[in-house]
Amino acid sequence: MPELERTILDALHRDLGARMVPFAGYEMPVQYAAGVMKEHLHTRARAGLFDVSHMGQVILRGDDAAKALETLVPADICGLKPGRQRYGVFTNAEGGIVDDLMIAHRGDHLFVVVNAACKAGDIAHMRAHLDCSVEPVEDRALLALQGPDAEAVLGALVPEAATMRFMDVRTADSDFGALWISRSGYTGEDGYEISVQNGRAIAFAQALLADGRVAPIGLGARDSLRLEAGLCLYGNDIDAETTPVEAALEFSIGKARRTGGARAGGFPGAERILREMETGAPRRRVGLLPEGRAPMRAGTCLYETETAETPVGTVTSGAYGPSVERPISMGYVPTTMAAPGTALFGEVRGRRLPVTVAELPFRPSTYKR
Amino acid sequence: MKFTEDHEWLRAEGDVFVVGVTEYAAEQLGDVVFVELPEEGVTVKKDDEIVVIESVKVASDIKAPVDGTIVAVNDKLGDAPALVNEDPLGEGWFFKMRIDDPAAIEGFMDEAAYREMIA
Repeated sequence: MPELERTILDALHRDLGARMVPFAGYEMPVQYAAGVMKEHLHTRARAGLFDVSHMGQVILRGDDAAKALETLVPADICGLKPGRQRYGVFTNAEGGIVDDLMIAHRGDHLFVVVNAACKAGDIAHMRAHLDCSVEPVEDRALLALQGPDAEAVLGALVPEAATMRFMDVRTADSDFGALWISRSGYTGEDGYEISVQNGRAIAFAQALLADGRVAPIGLGARDSLRLEAGLCLYGNDIDAETTPVEAALEFSIGKARRTGGARAGGFPGAERILREMETGAPRRRVGLLPEGRAPMRAGTCLYETETAETPVGTVTSGAYGPSVERPISMGYVPTTMAAPGTALFGEVRGRRLPVTVAELPFRPSTYKR
Repeated sequence: MKFTEDHEWLRAEGDVFVVGVTEYAAEQLGDVVFVELPEEGVTVKKDDEIVVIESVKVASDIKAPVDGTIVAVNDKLGDAPALVNEDPLGEGWFFKMRIDDPAAIEGFMDEAAYREMIA
């Protein structure tokens, strides 16, 4: 097994009492001393600091970078204004999702953030297909500050951060060098993701943690927070076998890229994806509320009745939601069974337990729009 | 009190034994959100998986430490699974069992030996 990489904040995690686990080729903090439940609730009540430096930061530069990226991603990139960011997916020829990503227009270039486990493949994919320069950013860490106090905390260090709206991006000069800030995240909370030079990253993280409202948060709580927010985890809820329509990610397909739009199609798998936009896909990602207290974890088979022999779907993420105080899951079911309120059964340890299709997110997001 | 290598404890209470998990195990499990207990009256064999614990992170099984009969289970855990974290050696117990052969627990560790194992 290849040696695990460490982020620039590794020593800080260990000093903070993190339990480190292998994740996407990195040693990452799964939790700190407080534990997953308290870390989750702290993020929703105050502010949580996450090290997401394992994710891939890539700059795309060139006159036609936006147009080029549209050949791989069904999002509207040409229509993305400077200082704004958008969610998108890389698709394959069958319409499946190769990875999901954030795309920011930072004036003279595009800045994309991709998943850690996919970054090598994504970079190779972009280099092979994009007629623009593809520059991995190796000298920057990436932190996320999430929660209702995030604005006040970051605003105390970088006043202009407080004036940003959800999905705004900007560069701010600070005591920690130039920060590339976006007002976004992966928790359903208001907050920021901040790219900082490696040499300044520990000092910046310590300055944020010095604020009594901020606690360090590990991958465990990151997962329960994003699940309550109804956000997909690549590799679990979306993968090369799921299309954006099946995954209920139609919002990531720009109007201009849809049938009848100014730049309709032109991305891998467009034929299938645009057809599914018109007619619907045979299956759909939905929220699931198990009855009782037992979590229905990823891999749980879903059945239409207590005795049916053939499963109709599968749970792709499932856990206890500390803020909603009950088990929650996401999974795929036939579109005919995707209406909220539909009663199904999930098989847990050999027993069929009732589960109900539910609206996503489980907890409303609090973005500063 | 006796301890097993699986981080369970057994405490004599009259002619039965109360069984739970240690503080160390509760810490390793993380916040417990669901506990599935055996039925009272069932007979169990050593190493049968008779309790399921779901934490925020993962599902784990607790095995019967010895052969015997379950005579009581801790119903409080249904509504308050966090008792396993808050008071693993007290209120967070799982079940009481009557042991078939009292000699079966003689091989288990005392507290000093258990502390040494987890040190």
